[in-house]
Amino acid sequence: MNPREEKVKIITEEFIENDEDADMERPKKNSKVRRQPRKKQPPTTVPEEMVSEKSHLGNQQEPVQEEPKTCLLSMTARRGPRSLPPIPSTSRTGFAEFSMRGRMREKLQAARSKAESALLQEMPTPRPRRLRSPSKKELETEFGTEPGKEVESTQQEIDSQSHSRVKFRDSARKIKPKPQVPPGFPSAEEAYNFFTFNFDPEPEDSEKKTKASHREGTNPEEEEGEEEEPPAQGGGKETDEEELLNGDDAEDFLLGLDHVVDDFVAVRPADYESIHDRLQMEREMLFIPSRQTVPTYKKLPENVQPRFLEDEGLYTGVRPEVSRTNQNIMENRLLVQDPERRWFGDDGRILALPNPIKPFPSRPPVETQELSIKAELETMYKKAVKYVHSSQHMIRSGDPPGNFQLDIDISGLLFTHHPCFSREHVLAAKLAQLYDQYLARHQRNKAKFLTDKLQALRNAVQAGLDPEKPHQSPDTVQKTINDYKSEIRQTRKLRDAEQEKDRTLLKTIIKVWKEMKSLREFQRFTNTPLKLVLRKEKVDQKADEEAYEAEIQVEISELLEEHTEEYAQKMEEYRTSLQQWKAWRKAQRAKKKKRKQAVEEHPYDETEEPYPEEDLVKPIPPEPTDRAVIEQEVRERATQSRRRPGEPMLIPELSLAGSITPNNQCPRAEVLRREDVKKRSLYLKVLFNNKEVSRTVTRPLGADFRVHFGQIFNLQIVNWPESLALQVYETIGHSGPTLLAEVFLPIPETTVFTGRAPMEEMEFSSNQHVTLDHEGVGSGVPFSFEADGSNQLILMTSGKVSHSVAWAIGENGIPLIPPLSQQNIGFRSALKRADAISSIGTSGLTDMKKLAKWAAESKLDPNDPNNAPLMQLISVATSGESYVPDFFRLEQLQQEFNFVSDQELNRSKRFRLLLLRSQEVPEFRNYKQIPVYDREIMEKVFQDYEKRLRDRNVIETKEHIDTHRAIVAKYLQQVRESVINRFLIAKQYFLLADMIVEEEVPNISILGLSLFKLAEQKRPLRPRRKGRKKVTAQNLSDGDIKLLVNIVRAYDIPVRKPAVSKFQQPARSSRMFSEKHAASPSTHSPNHNADYPLGQVLVRPFVEVSFQRTVCHTTTAEGPNPSWNEELELPFRAPNGDYSTASLQSVKDVVFINIFDEVLHDVLEDDRERGSGIHTRIERHWLGCVKIPFSTIYFQARIDGTFKIDIPPVLLGYSKERNMILERGFDSVRNLSEGSYITLFITIEPQLVPGESVQEKMSNMLKKFESQEDEKLLQASEKFQAECAFKFPNRQCLTTVIDINGKTVFITRYLKPLNPPEELLSVYPNNLQATAELVARYVSLIPFLPDTVSFAGICDLWSTSDQFLDLLAGDEEEHAVLLCNYFLSLGKKAWLVMGNAIPEGPTAYVLTWEQGHYLIWNPCSGHFYGQFDTFCPLKNVGCLIGPDNIWFNIQRYDSPLRINFDVTKPKLWKSFFSRSLPYPGLSSVQPEELIYQRSDKAAAAELQDRLEKILKEKIMDWRPRHLTRWNRYCTSTLRHFLPLLEKSQGDDVEDDHRAELLKQLGDYRFSGFPLHMPYSEVKPLIDAVYSTGVHNIDVPNVEFALAVYIHPYPKNVLSVWIYVASLIRNR
Amino acid sequence: MTTASPSVFLLMVNGQVESAQGLEEGISQITSKSQDVRQALVWNFPIDVTFKSTNPYGWPQIVLSVYGPDVFGNDVVRGYGAVHVPFSPGRHKRTIPMFVPESTSKLQKFTSWFMGRRPEYTDPKVVAQGEGREVTRVRSQGFVTLLFNVVTKDMRKLGYDTGPADTQGVSGPSLPQGFPQ
Repeated sequence: MNPREEKVKIITEEFIENDEDADMERPKKNSKVRRQPRKKQPPTTVPEEMVSEKSHLGNQQEPVQEEPKTCLLSMTARRGPRSLPPIPSTSRTGFAEFSMRGRMREKLQAARSKAESALLQEMPTPRPRRLRSPSKKELETEFGTEPGKEVESTQQEIDSQSHSRVKFRDSARKIKPKPQVPPGFPSAEEAYNFFTFNFDPEPEDSEKKTKASHREGTNPEEEEGEEEEPPAQGGGKETDEEELLNGDDAEDFLLGLDHVVDDFVAVRPADYESIHDRLQMEREMLFIPSRQTVPTYKKLPENVQPRFLEDEGLYTGVRPEVSRTNQNIMENRLLVQDPERRWFGDDGRILALPNPIKPFPSRPPVETQELSIKAELETMYKKAVKYVHSSQHMIRSGDPPGNFQLDIDISGLLFTHHPCFSREHVLAAKLAQLYDQYLARHQRNKAKFLTDKLQALRNAVQAGLDPEKPHQSPDTVQKTINDYKSEIRQTRKLRDAEQEKDRTLLKTIIKVWKEMKSLREFQRFTNTPLKLVLRKEKVDQKADEEAYEAEIQVEISELLEEHTEEYAQKMEEYRTSLQQWKAWRKAQRAKKKKRKQAVEEHPYDETEEPYPEEDLVKPIPPEPTDRAVIEQEVRERATQSRRRPGEPMLIPELSLAGSITPNNQCPRAEVLRREDVKKRSLYLKVLFNNKEVSRTVTRPLGADFRVHFGQIFNLQIVNWPESLALQVYETIGHSGPTLLAEVFLPIPETTVFTGRAPMEEMEFSSNQHVTLDHEGVGSGVPFSFEADGSNQLILMTSGKVSHSVAWAIGENGIPLIPPLSQQNIGFRSALKRADAISSIGTSGLTDMKKLAKWAAESKLDPNDPNNAPLMQLISVATSGESYVPDFFRLEQLQQEFNFVSDQELNRSKRFRLLLLRSQEVPEFRNYKQIPVYDREIMEKVFQDYEKRLRDRNVIETKEHIDTHRAIVAKYLQQVRESVINRFLIAKQYFLLADMIVEEEVPNISILGLSLFKLAEQKRPLRPRRKGRKKVTAQNLSDGDIKLLVNIVRAYDIPVRKPAVSKFQQPARSSRMFSEKHAASPSTHSPNHNADYPLGQVLVRPFVEVSFQRTVCHTTTAEGPNPSWNEELELPFRAPNGDYSTASLQSVKDVVFINIFDEVLHDVLEDDRERGSGIHTRIERHWLGCVKIPFSTIYFQARIDGTFKIDIPPVLLGYSKERNMILERGFDSVRNLSEGSYITLFITIEPQLVPGESVQEKMSNMLKKFESQEDEKLLQASEKFQAECAFKFPNRQCLTTVIDINGKTVFITRYLKPLNPPEELLSVYPNNLQATAELVARYVSLIPFLPDTVSFAGICDLWSTSDQFLDLLAGDEEEHAVLLCNYFLSLGKKAWLVMGNAIPEGPTAYVLTWEQGHYLIWNPCSGHFYGQFDTFCPLKNVGCLIGPDNIWFNIQRYDSPLRINFDVTKPKLWKSFFSRSLPYPGLSSVQPEELIYQRSDKAAAAELQDRLEKILKEKIMDWRPRHLTRWNRYCTSTLRHFLPLLEKSQGDDVEDDHRAELLKQLGDYRFSGFPLHMPYSEVKPLIDAVYSTGVHNIDVPNVEFALAVYIHPYPKNVLSVWIYVASLIRNR
Repeated sequence: MTTASPSVFLLMVNGQVESAQGLEEGISQITSKSQDVRQALVWNFPIDVTFKSTNPYGWPQIVLSVYGPDVFGNDVVRGYGAVHVPFSPGRHKRTIPMFVPESTSKLQKFTSWFMGRRPEYTDPKVVAQGEGREVTRVRSQGFVTLLFNVVTKDMRKLGYDTGPADTQGVSGPSLPQGFPQ
């Protein structure tokens, strides 16, 4: 430090003196100003703060003084002089200032005087001042925000400040008297003296040193901390506050001095201290623990050998990994710090837990830094929570709050050894122990029991040998006897052992007693009242001797027997071995001979054939046993173990009757001992769950080393008892209690109650070592009874506590036990925690079998009461009542976690409903609002489902009337399921296109097109139709979708015939002319025309559309070619409200478009009323219908076209008005097709996205389903398809299809000539055309079932023809394939036509080449059309498929009217197999030949009857408000008529039929018609009948007639005819 | 990015929570970025829906699709996102990260950007399902914050406890009630 600088200060102070006035204000002002940045400090701290701030100021203002603190020593050494100068200034401060400061100082003074003494004491440990945790410091910096803490911390700060200050003041004061106070300016010498004089006083030095040393002790962080808190320490350390107070003034003043300061400042080199010095200093102050390994003896108490618990077989656990050096350092440190060595274990190593991490946090988690501080400061409301023990085994809230009580009765304590035991006591204790043992043995009396048993066994053997009981087979007798004998042997041995033990025990007792007696004699006093009396019991010598002798004899004989047996056995063995030996010898000899010969013959062979010279030793015959030897043995043993005959039986009796020598007669050592005993007292602590809950009173130790407590502790428990322990404490005199031992008590069973619990004795022992200076033998110390000190004994303090623990019983007799469930858990966790399996409840039973085996082997006496529980356990286990699993159980706790049984779960209706819904079972899919409670769920919800389930298994005979169809239906169901499963798997693979709509990269043409579009007119003159917005089906609900049916017009509706009289025969000619297609209709029309009365309209047709049982109809138009042009709107409802694509695709509903004739009948009964009112009845007569499945509409989006009306072959009262057609000149076009037509436009509003069409899906599927086709072929087909699609994207092109197994098959494999049924061929043997028609009819009679319906949402599947015939269901492809195959077999040229038709959409037709023209066959209806038929439903042709090739239509047009079917022309048809890719000769997937069963006529007849009955019932059902009368006469007529219709295939029987009907039912107005359908199920038939509306007639006297005819074709193909008619009697 | 971007919200009723009442699907107004620093797009579009079910299977999710015009003025998708409607009654704030499907190739990305026809999900519902996502690639794009005010009724009656945990003042699950002192 620069002395000159100090000088400057003094000078400035001088100035201050002169300028007092100015000075007065300044400190205040300054302090105020300076306080600003630290405004946070509350006013409470002001007085102290003033000072502290000043010191702070000083620091700031005198940066020169801010020294590097690296050199501690130098700094501390110079502190003394530095604190000097202020003193004058204090004396010189102005009064005002003084008054203010004076107050402060007074305070300080008070604190100082108080602290003065404390300081001196504190010196060695001045820590509290500095030991502030960093977190505290954190807080300090923010005190402004938290008042509570702030107060606290400021308080601390004040304390610490005052500490520091006081200290410095103190030190300053110490110095004060020494330097003389300069009155004025000091002279130069004085100044020099002042600064150079060594003022360092001794005490100061020491103080600094301690301070420094302490400083070293603190860690570097804290040192940093110190620098941060100058107000607390810095000021005190470096400057006196007095000086600081004026520091600023000085500075101000200096400024005015025009930098004179420079003159006073001298430059000095930096302080340096040699490293050597520093090291020395450090060495003095620092302790650096050595890294050397500490020798073991240092770590252990003197004269103790390290003990390695691990070597002793105790588990010690793995110590945590600590590096050797660290460990050494720690050990060294501990040795220096803590000489008690309590950190070291027995093995001389630092104590270490295997896992140093505590299982629970021992301090609250430290919140992380800034973020948390605010959170810390926030007050949080926490509800008061009852303290709960952390243990989990407490009684939970769920259980009824009980009052559980455990009674612990501690009756007393008995030492079996105590350090104060005299030698006599030791013996007495031993004697008592032996006597106890004796008593116990006596009570059990095992020897007697075994003797009796032996006797019984002997008797049994005797009885068994008795030849008078021959009822047992000798074998079993022998076996039992052998058993008995072996048992006798065992028992005898046991008995002997027992007897010997008894005897030795008795001997020992006597010996100990003798020792005791001798000891008493020797020491000439008695310490124990113990007295042994041996009572002799006289015995009858003679009888005894006899019994003894008899026993010996029996034993001898038995032994002899055994020995003879053994001998016999051995003899046997000997003989056999002898035999062997002899044989061997013989062989040997023979060999030798041979060898000799051999040697003679081949002398050189000898070496090569060394003989195995294994000589069998000649067996030694066993020696027979000698009776005398045995006898001797037996007698010897008897004398050893048994009482000699005639010897009195000795019964020891121990009594406490002896007298104890009084104290005054005892030697001094003994008196001392007794006094020591008296000084000792004991008490017990009761520990429950390791917590002391109570303790007994302190009782003195009795002279007999018994302590009686007799206290009962009632423990009211909350926590489940985990441990219960007693701690035995001993107090000697007035010294503190020492823990003797700890006794763990078992927690009682729940069945143990107070009053019933027996007293139990728990032994304890302590390992304390006690050596006493009196007669007491001590404990853990060797002592001896012998004079020479040999035969040393070491006894440990031990004893017994007699106690009883039981559950208390409440006032009303209720035991205060925790509930069983709880207690089970408690027990499990407490006792069986380690054994996972046992907690399931199988504990102890795991090795039952082994236990049983052991029990059997050891021949446990099942009657022994001691064994009773064991035997019972074994019997239970082996009998199988308690079942021991010999398997490993997965989910072993499943049973425990099942909260209800499975049956119960299944019984829950709600659960079942939820389950079914999530499985998407059709009946429950989208089921809404499942009720909450079971009781709210009606049983009938499940009825349908259950019925269906039943029906699936039981073939319903009602629906599928013949069994074959039922089987087929079942098969179909199975196929469907398997395909759906395959599909579901395939469905899992998503393509990007399935998920994301993405524009394709435009190519030039598209770009060009779009450019072209830009130039397009905004409003073209001929606007193009724009597609409607398509709606995805996702968020639709009922009523959103409507079916729009636009009925445009109809052609050629049949017209009414005038009611002809019964007698008028229709002209025969009409029949003649009405031949089929070929005939020209031109000739017959005039006849009919004549029939019409002039004024009457021919027909008044209207159209009724019914869909999903909603019916709409148009207005009535007039004439045979009506034009309605009406739009009908029908709502669409998806099944179960599920509007998903898959669901919509599987809608099976059909749109029925029925055409009716509205007939007005005059019902007026009286002609006179005609003028006043119109009395007519409107009747409607069904004319025909068009059926369009919804699925078609859904996939096609719209259906637009002219359809042929399905008109029944016979329509009574109507005829076709053919001349009209003629007049219009359609004749030439329509010559092949006659009938009525209707033009329709059907669509769905809004337009639905039809999912993926079959076609699209197919291409995806192709990639997903596997194939057995050649890879090249598949590639070629893909290429072919791609090319075709590129050229004509709208034309259907098929090369591969998927068969019913889901495999891809090349399409031509399906086509192969197949034989049609013989029956059909034989009908028209010569007419090929007729046969073809018949075959087509046969095919069309096979029911139609679209694939999309059967395989909802799945691709088109093609079944082979035999599969098709077996299934009796299929869609267009199957029909077409079969028909095509038949045609091929008939020798026709036939192709499959893939194209679009109305209303089916993409479909398959059959094309045949007849002489000169092509015919297009609709395989589903059996109709055929000429190529140029305008009404042909096939609208465009995509490709033709033959048996060996595929031709794609590359002509400009695709309408069959405009194309050329000549496939040989490559310019018109692109063929798949060509010269570049020749036809490889693919084998067909079709069978070689179809086998047809003749159909069962009887079954058909039966079905017919049943069908008729069903339909009649239905019609009656549909007419609930009217009487339905059946005209039986008419019915039978119709029934006769139907077979005719079948025979003629519905043509040209009308007039005949009508005539006949008229003849028979002349009085009736008759309207009716036959319906013809293929048969698949009953439901479509019913629907068809319903749709005709015959039942809707509500004329009061109407009668009905219904006839059914079923014509069976081969393969169970059935043609069904239903004739429905209504009759109204004419008046 | 232009400043305006409208949002389409679509509340999806998945599975078997039935009977929604109220607006189930709707298009919000077009909004522009706010003028302040946050530049947030605020819709403040209220939706009021009631659901009714006896089983929580198929708990409703809200599916958001945000559209906005790109540089050429074409409306393109700006993000898809879905979140379950919170279970417990009260006010909930949910910030949904939004994402858009990526184009399959660079060229397509360019063309789709140029043409304003960026890839979109066939059905916005897929963002509420996990099926088939593996074939798509997406890029995350912004967040949408939703505020839910959920009121439940009779949940407890049906055996579902969705209320906040502290309704009974029980701080821990194992706190016993009324055990003997």
